[in-house]
Amino acid sequence: MAGPLIDIKDLRVLFHGDDGRTTHAVDSVDLSVANGATLGLVGESGCGKSVTSLAIMGLLSKQSAEVTGAIRFDGFDLLTADDETLRDLRGNRVAMIFQEPMTSLNPSFTIGDQIIETILRHRGGSRRAARERAIALLRRVHIPSPEKRIDEYPHKLSGGMRQRVMIAMALACDPRLLIADEPTTALDVTLQAQILELMRELKAASNAAIILITHDLGVVAEVCDEVAVMYAGEIVERAAVDELFASPQHPYTVGLLGSIPRLDHRAEHLATIEGMVPNMTSPPSGCRFAARCPFVADACLAATPMLVEVSPGHASRCIKAPLERLLS
Amino acid sequence: MTALLEAENLVKHFPASRNLFGRPTAFIKAVDGVSFHVNAGETLALVGESGCGKSTVSRLVLRLIEPDAGRIRFEGSDLLGLDTNALRAFRRSAQIIFQDPYASLNPRMTVGQILGEPLALHGLVAPSGRRARVEELLRLVGLEPRFARRYPHEFSGGQRQRIAIARALAVEPKLIICDEPVSALDVSIRSQILNLLRDLQQRLGLAYIFVSHDLAVVKHIADRVAVMNLGTIVETADTQALFASPRHPYSRALLSAIPVPKPQAKRDRMILQGEIPSALNPPAGCRFHTRCPFVVERCRVEMPELMADGTGHAAACHRTAELPPADGIVPSDGGFSPALERLVAAFSLSEEGPTAPGVAIVRS
Repeated sequence: MAGPLIDIKDLRVLFHGDDGRTTHAVDSVDLSVANGATLGLVGESGCGKSVTSLAIMGLLSKQSAEVTGAIRFDGFDLLTADDETLRDLRGNRVAMIFQEPMTSLNPSFTIGDQIIETILRHRGGSRRAARERAIALLRRVHIPSPEKRIDEYPHKLSGGMRQRVMIAMALACDPRLLIADEPTTALDVTLQAQILELMRELKAASNAAIILITHDLGVVAEVCDEVAVMYAGEIVERAAVDELFASPQHPYTVGLLGSIPRLDHRAEHLATIEGMVPNMTSPPSGCRFAARCPFVADACLAATPMLVEVSPGHASRCIKAPLERLLS
Repeated sequence: MTALLEAENLVKHFPASRNLFGRPTAFIKAVDGVSFHVNAGETLALVGESGCGKSTVSRLVLRLIEPDAGRIRFEGSDLLGLDTNALRAFRRSAQIIFQDPYASLNPRMTVGQILGEPLALHGLVAPSGRRARVEELLRLVGLEPRFARRYPHEFSGGQRQRIAIARALAVEPKLIICDEPVSALDVSIRSQILNLLRDLQQRLGLAYIFVSHDLAVVKHIADRVAVMNLGTIVETADTQALFASPRHPYSRALLSAIPVPKPQAKRDRMILQGEIPSALNPPAGCRFHTRCPFVVERCRVEMPELMADGTGHAAACHRTAELPPADGIVPSDGGFSPALERLVAAFSLSEEGPTAPGVAIVRS
């Protein structure tokens, strides 16, 4: 197999605020996704997972955000590409699905207009052909009677339907890379199951790579092949999905897994991660999780830990890994 | 034993459109004949999708909105007959915590004022003793007493939810309605609040009505569950019984949809097709029949009654007896490996809960 479809090296995003303070939103992130693979990017609010995806899409404002590193996609460096190249890529070979479908669809155009616009912009051809394709796409995401629905405005659709329209639009030009930012968070559990099923279907039918951004480890377990866990702007653990859930190697991942209520047995108390996420205008030196880590030692504060492989394909940013050693 | 709270045939229809003369012409049938009870010290969860009426029920039982029909009894006395003064006295016994801790705290009041207000309103503590009581309340929910001088914007989401809980506790209620109290919080913060709610329940003997769409959370915290669909309760049972063998097809669909943190979890997934029908014009017969995979002709015309068996497990479905067994419906997350189990335990052990021993509410 050739190299990965997208290869991110040492990605850093700094936001320069009005008051002269600098926020380190993303710090030395290395990621790669192969064709046909699904990577889950997991973490809590403010960990930098969405900023990472916006950096890939080139959607961060150049005035406020300073993005460094390299993002190689299919032969391009997305960070140095000019705006015209990026516009040709976005919606075409790279597409994105956002969390809130109501705010990401334009309320004053029909859903058909919005899908057709994407097709005409990237593929050209006649409007009639584009409309046929839009109807086929809506059918593919299981919208009932798509030839009627195509002329409706977003407000006429329910939340689940809008998210399907967003997915249809993202698929309009058969993207090689699909970034889905919390695609099911705003939906009810039954609709979430429908959308996740749809994503699995699409994954099986195309060879696109998917980056799924979520805070929900349950969703990750359902659709992803690989997982990267982010904390305070850094990737703290990366592994194949089975490996991560069976034997997590970073204390933060252990805490996250322990804090989820489980269906199999009823624990009196859930694990909690005490304390708060560090202030990212001046990230602490050493391990960023140290202040909340129950296994902390002096060495954790002395130097910034590196993301090191614990076993083949399983990397952790913790000097105590493998964590099983802590149990003896 | 009489129940702490009993609701009987609650109905609430909201006008959806009006004619020229202001008379309603269409109604959203938010709650349509709901009955349940809550015993002292137990947790009843109301679950269902958006728009099923679970939040409306939680507001009806506090009389924050008035029901169109039905009865609510609290400790045996009829709530709907209370006048303003008596209603205010009742509110001392029942409190509510809302979903969004950013919207439910007044940004212009300090935490001390927020917690002191219910004490003053109900005349519970003499002004001289209020500060001490506020500090005691803050300690009870795991916050430092010095926070009383700060404003809500200085706190994180989890801390704000603790303040909202402290405010509810200020009047020493017997019942707290928790309306999606952890939905807006991150996973690690969510577990702190769930632990706190459970500690407080054990120490103070509180009853909760826990409104949630997150079934894993409900499994963790509730003693009994009522599943709602389009304004009606379709199934009610002890939590263990419901998760062991859900009877109503809607409950089965909800439970089978729970994403669990275990790759390749085994389950008989039941994915519902179609959209949630509108409460403006709910389907005739069984309200679930448009999405039900087991639908027969009778379901389209006749609304099923909620029928209980000897154990108190009740379902409103014509076909309960004929449905396939529900063994594989609830996904099994298989548990942690022994090593991971010990790591997680080590995580919890090294930091004992924030509520210091020896701090308690004194019941008057």
